[in-house]
Amino acid sequence: MTTPRRAAVLGGNRIPFARQFGAYAEASNQDMLTAALEGLVARHGLAGERLGEVVAGAVIKHTRDFNLTREAVLGSSLAPTTPAYDVQQACGTGLEATILVANKIALGQADSGVAGGVDSASDAPIVVPERLRRKLLRLTRARTTAERAKAALAIRPTDLGIQVPGATEPRTGMTMGQHMAITAERWGITREAQDELALASHRNLAAAYERGFFDDLMTPYLGLTRDENLRPGTTPEKLASLRTVFGEGDTATMTAGNSTPLSDGASTVLLGSPEWAAEHGLAPLAWFVDGETAAVDHVSGDEGLLLAPAYAVPRLLARQGLTLQDFDYYEIHEAFASTVLTTLAAWEDPDFCRDRLGLDAPLGSIERDRLNVTGSSLAAGHPFAATGGRVVATLARLLHEKGAGSRGLVSVCAAGGQGVVAILEGA
Amino acid sequence: MPRADGYTTFVGTGAGRRIASALGLPQPVPLRRYTPGAPLVEGPVLVGGHGDTPAVTALRGGLTAAGATLTETVPDGSRLGGVVVDLTAAQDPADLESLRATLAPALKRLGRCAHVVVVGRHPEQATGVAQRAARRALEGITRSVGKELRAGATANLVLVTEGAEAAALGTVLFLLSARSAYVDGQVVRVGDAAVPAGADPSAPLAGKVAVVTGAARGIGADIARTLHRDGATLVCVDVPAAGAHLATVANEVGGTALQVDVTSPDAGARIAEHARTRHGGLDVVVHNAGITRDKLLANTDSDRWASVLEVNLRSILRMDEALLAKDGLRDGGRVVLVSSVAGIAGNRGQSSYAASKAGVIGLLDGYAADRGLARRGVTVNAVAPGFIETEMTARIPLATREVGRRLNSLAQGGLPVDVAETVAFLAADAQAAVTGALVRVCGQSLLGA
Repeated sequence: MTTPRRAAVLGGNRIPFARQFGAYAEASNQDMLTAALEGLVARHGLAGERLGEVVAGAVIKHTRDFNLTREAVLGSSLAPTTPAYDVQQACGTGLEATILVANKIALGQADSGVAGGVDSASDAPIVVPERLRRKLLRLTRARTTAERAKAALAIRPTDLGIQVPGATEPRTGMTMGQHMAITAERWGITREAQDELALASHRNLAAAYERGFFDDLMTPYLGLTRDENLRPGTTPEKLASLRTVFGEGDTATMTAGNSTPLSDGASTVLLGSPEWAAEHGLAPLAWFVDGETAAVDHVSGDEGLLLAPAYAVPRLLARQGLTLQDFDYYEIHEAFASTVLTTLAAWEDPDFCRDRLGLDAPLGSIERDRLNVTGSSLAAGHPFAATGGRVVATLARLLHEKGAGSRGLVSVCAAGGQGVVAILEGA
Repeated sequence: MPRADGYTTFVGTGAGRRIASALGLPQPVPLRRYTPGAPLVEGPVLVGGHGDTPAVTALRGGLTAAGATLTETVPDGSRLGGVVVDLTAAQDPADLESLRATLAPALKRLGRCAHVVVVGRHPEQATGVAQRAARRALEGITRSVGKELRAGATANLVLVTEGAEAAALGTVLFLLSARSAYVDGQVVRVGDAAVPAGADPSAPLAGKVAVVTGAARGIGADIARTLHRDGATLVCVDVPAAGAHLATVANEVGGTALQVDVTSPDAGARIAEHARTRHGGLDVVVHNAGITRDKLLANTDSDRWASVLEVNLRSILRMDEALLAKDGLRDGGRVVLVSSVAGIAGNRGQSSYAASKAGVIGLLDGYAADRGLARRGVTVNAVAPGFIETEMTARIPLATREVGRRLNSLAQGGLPVDVAETVAFLAADAQAAVTGALVRVCGQSLLGA
């Protein structure tokens, strides 16, 4: 597939990710997204500039944030004439936003744009129970004093209470971790393999910080200069000592160490046409090649909740005429260590590739030293909608270092049995 | 942004003035500072001097074009906005009487924050000892006048080269104007390099690309703002940890933020490349990044010692290998170093800082003697801030701070913008003939004077 023109990834900016109730406990989504945007504007000299559009979103969102991204733009140094809209595709939000902006640029509908995402697990909206909400609405609708009195008296002490939104799948009532535990057990993913992946994530992220890799990708926020979840000194022994939190009994393998923590943070990516980039003295880091989304039926139990990327990637490879081995870097979002390992195992499995993907041969294995080479969500944290922007900017920078023509694959799983994947090429 | 300190505000009130006067306390006044569009000076400028006053003759047109109303007699009814006394024709100490005769009546008619500029010639270019003595005497007179003046007035000396008096126009205008509010008792030497004409006085840095290190806060942030106000495109540099403040400053001035530690080996190359690819080149480098790790020398360990010298001095040497290379700073470029009065006078507990800032002066002298830079039209100058009201000085204990703040002819601390104005002055094309200058921005501090 060829596109009318190429969209370039020109740079990125994120704020360090914080743990839930950590450094950003008091920061709102709008605060964080604005901060990430301000850093992007400063790095690329865009103050006062009108961009084609800014597209971002949050998974956990207050009702007041109906125009979250537009409000962040208005609070930024971008020209107030820059339009914006919100998207939401669970953890795929940031990557989906990137695909949307890149597509508009490729089609000539925009010359530049920002894709991003933000989430706060700390500043979560609190809602009243459904029964109370209905009674309160009835009270609002009441016109006469008698109606108002009647509606008010209908509210019982037992109706009172608050609800903090949880991370459960609406149709199964199970948390994401519980879903993943089933999938991991089905695929026989071991505790050791998961801990090993988690360890690599922390070590790779720490090493990337040490070599200044993030100096051009990050702007400190509220005193935080590195991801709060990063444990540079973690060891196999420490990870092995953690108790399991998902799954049951002796077969449980998932711990707080090999699962991502709830996090707060925001990320942004600047995209543009080659002409727009040249006019602004910006050298493309990478080209956005193609993107694909997939969904699975996790409700019936037919497939694991977080395995949709396993389906999206082969479709994308087929369209681009590539094999799984044609990549210099793989960025597979570490929702859980077992998510990554299951996905890789599925691609190596002849039965899965034949029965589920309809392929003659398995996609095969990847060279593990090309996977998440500067760390991923296990170490950095995972503010849901912010992960896509983090990954795209990181990969673009890696590919730029590697050189023109290098290739990278992004894979992000999402709630609702969805997955978003994309290919970037070094510029 | 820091404003006039509480005491200055207090003395500005009627009661405050009476109390300060009765107790013999210093009576600082809020200094007149530059705002775009404001007149050069408030009131006529008295011009005079010795003999045929060649400098006044050469500068008259430029002063008038800048909006000054020149007068040769002290007006009866109004206050003077400034004074330019030309002693370039002085041959003998006896000729200094012309200076006294011009200045003495003028000083009684000086307006608030009026600036006195004495113009002379370089003593070392004198043809005889009597002439040299007369020329050197101007420094003593100017510095004494600076100490006698009240109400925010200043006195500075400009030394010019025979036949190249016009090259000093930018310097004289700066010293007359509110841009030099906190520059007092200084000697600025002007050479004979040709000065390009035609810069827009309201945007003297238009079209220039300027790099400011340590731009996230304090003096560096104000340097960025001031260079931007004067028309420059800014590259704001600071350590990654200061990125949040840096982004705010960069966006405020519509520039770019570059998060890089000046001590990293590739800092110079990264800055040069950023300026080249993003902005097409580099015209002005302001080495402002600096730290203090104050301790008595006896208690200073090697880490503290090294970090101060590394950031404040060695990083400049390393970065300049790339920044001053042929593909770095363009011909006609400007380098402005930031030294400190502590580097001149020394300061208890600041041996490492003073070492680094004195070293910067050595760097300045070395660069000024560099023929390669001179051939490319590159000038190198330095500013030496005295007591400036910043977050850094706000942390000094109250009593020490209050003494530091008052020990100068203007009886107050300067503001970061005062340093920034001097940097912007040195960065302009009009100062092509000023190189190797160390301009103190200290209100004529008693330290190291």
